[in-house]
Amino acid sequence: MPRSPQDMAARPSFPDHPVAGLAGASFKPQHLPAILADAPAGLFFEVHAENYMGAGGMPHAALAAIRERYPVSLHGVAMSIGGDGPLDGDHLARFAALVDHYQPALVSEHLAWSTHGGTFFNDLLPLPYTNGTLERVCEHVDRMQQAIARPILLENPATYVLFAESDWEETAFLAEVVRRTGCGLLLDINNVFVSATNHGFAPMTYLGRFPLEHVGEIHLAGHDRQVDDDGTPLLIDTHDRPVDDAVWDLYRTIIGQTGPLPTLVEWDAEVPEWPVLKAEAGQAQAMLDDAAMTFLMGKRHASA
Amino acid sequence: MQAPDPAWNSAAFAAALLDPQAPVPAGVGRTDGSAMERRFAVYRNNVAHSLVTAMADIFPGVAGLAGRDRFTDAVRLYLAGSPPGSPILAELGRDFPDFLDRFPPARQQMPWLAGVARLERAWLDAWHAADAPLLDPAQLATISPEQLAQTRFLAHPAAMIVRSDFAIVRLLEAGRNGQAADPAGPGCALVSRPHLAVMIEPLDAAAAGLARCLLAGGTLGTAAEDADGHPDFELGRSLGLLLAAGAFAGIAPPPEPEGR
Repeated sequence: MPRSPQDMAARPSFPDHPVAGLAGASFKPQHLPAILADAPAGLFFEVHAENYMGAGGMPHAALAAIRERYPVSLHGVAMSIGGDGPLDGDHLARFAALVDHYQPALVSEHLAWSTHGGTFFNDLLPLPYTNGTLERVCEHVDRMQQAIARPILLENPATYVLFAESDWEETAFLAEVVRRTGCGLLLDINNVFVSATNHGFAPMTYLGRFPLEHVGEIHLAGHDRQVDDDGTPLLIDTHDRPVDDAVWDLYRTIIGQTGPLPTLVEWDAEVPEWPVLKAEAGQAQAMLDDAAMTFLMGKRHASA
Repeated sequence: MQAPDPAWNSAAFAAALLDPQAPVPAGVGRTDGSAMERRFAVYRNNVAHSLVTAMADIFPGVAGLAGRDRFTDAVRLYLAGSPPGSPILAELGRDFPDFLDRFPPARQQMPWLAGVARLERAWLDAWHAADAPLLDPAQLATISPEQLAQTRFLAHPAAMIVRSDFAIVRLLEAGRNGQAADPAGPGCALVSRPHLAVMIEPLDAAAAGLARCLLAGGTLGTAAEDADGHPDFELGRSLGLLLAAGAFAGIAPPPEPEGR
């Protein structure tokens, strides 16, 4: 049964684990025993909110155990912020109850839609970027932020099609949503690389226009490489393998600019054993630590 | 100059996602008119694949018994008629057992599939059910013999009875392990979650009757009378089994005496 807000037990008081400067990994329930035995320090975990909307049982026991020890990022995948209908009030209430209960360090959703006319498609679907869709997206972000009483981070999508009627660049569209709603951004660098390859633009051109000062979290993930009908590469955002070298390179460049930002390695299919995922997060942490060092030194030089 | 492309329309996009024969919806594509079939197919495939995968996660025993290809075909037909209405995947497939009851290939060749699907759907509901304490059997000892027949229990939120004309517990286990099993039944099962792990306990008809009556809030006296007609019924054994499986969260408070 979906959990309703009044079902929630009294809110436990979880420790306040800061997420600044940390790398993290998708939390997969099958990893829980390994994580608790391994007790790695200095990382965070991200969960898909929709997997924790049941009333009780193992999912909540597992998430509570993780939240007790680590910062948690609550990542929504089904709010349908880019949809043209109003947000689902029940879903919003369930999401708000999760935020209230687990007090996550980060809360995010996607610039995409997944529900139309009462049907849930279980995919992050694309939208054209027009004045009309901008208004709707902003209304939806406003409504979600009111429901959870805090700002969200909105994630740039991986896309396979463009729309003839789009008259905003994706980066400008996101910047305008930030300006109007006060939300932050989740920069998915794998999504940038996938979309750039699929639509024939340079990822650094996109990143150069991205409002980096509003980024509160970075996502990294693996993608599949297929071939389009015309023989050019068609990348699919699969989250089923290690992060591509090209994506690591872009990441290093970006955090060299921004300084360290909480960075999550997503792995959602063909999930490996915990040590493999931990090593991916470790690679991100090493780059974050490098960036922190360089960033601090740069500051010292600047003020000297 | 070319006429502008027709405007994007989310309803057309959504409809084309579910219909493999539909053309790429209007408004999709770059202005240079390059072919978008392959690109749109990525979304169509993602939707179909993710939902079929989610159904196979919820009904692994049914998938194992039917075989993956037949399962996939059945799920696609089911989803075409009952597209998911909730953004929570754990809500998926609620009426899949009823679909299998009506679906001619399943009804004719594997009439037990619907029952196994009911059991797997109950398994998932038990997995996500609210937490509740378990009735400590020692509490029963505190009830005086004359009050025992009037005793009612609080059902544990995870506890459910699933009934079928076939041996669904054995079939489910076989299907989940990729094996075959003798479908001859009948088979009733108590699904429960005494701690965090879901339990499936096969019940004989008498224990199933007792459980069904008690979980619905009937008194122990009524439930025992109903079950007493069965030749092998032993109240103590059946009740002990239900208590051990965590069917109850407590003893219901006695009704307020009337006339106060």
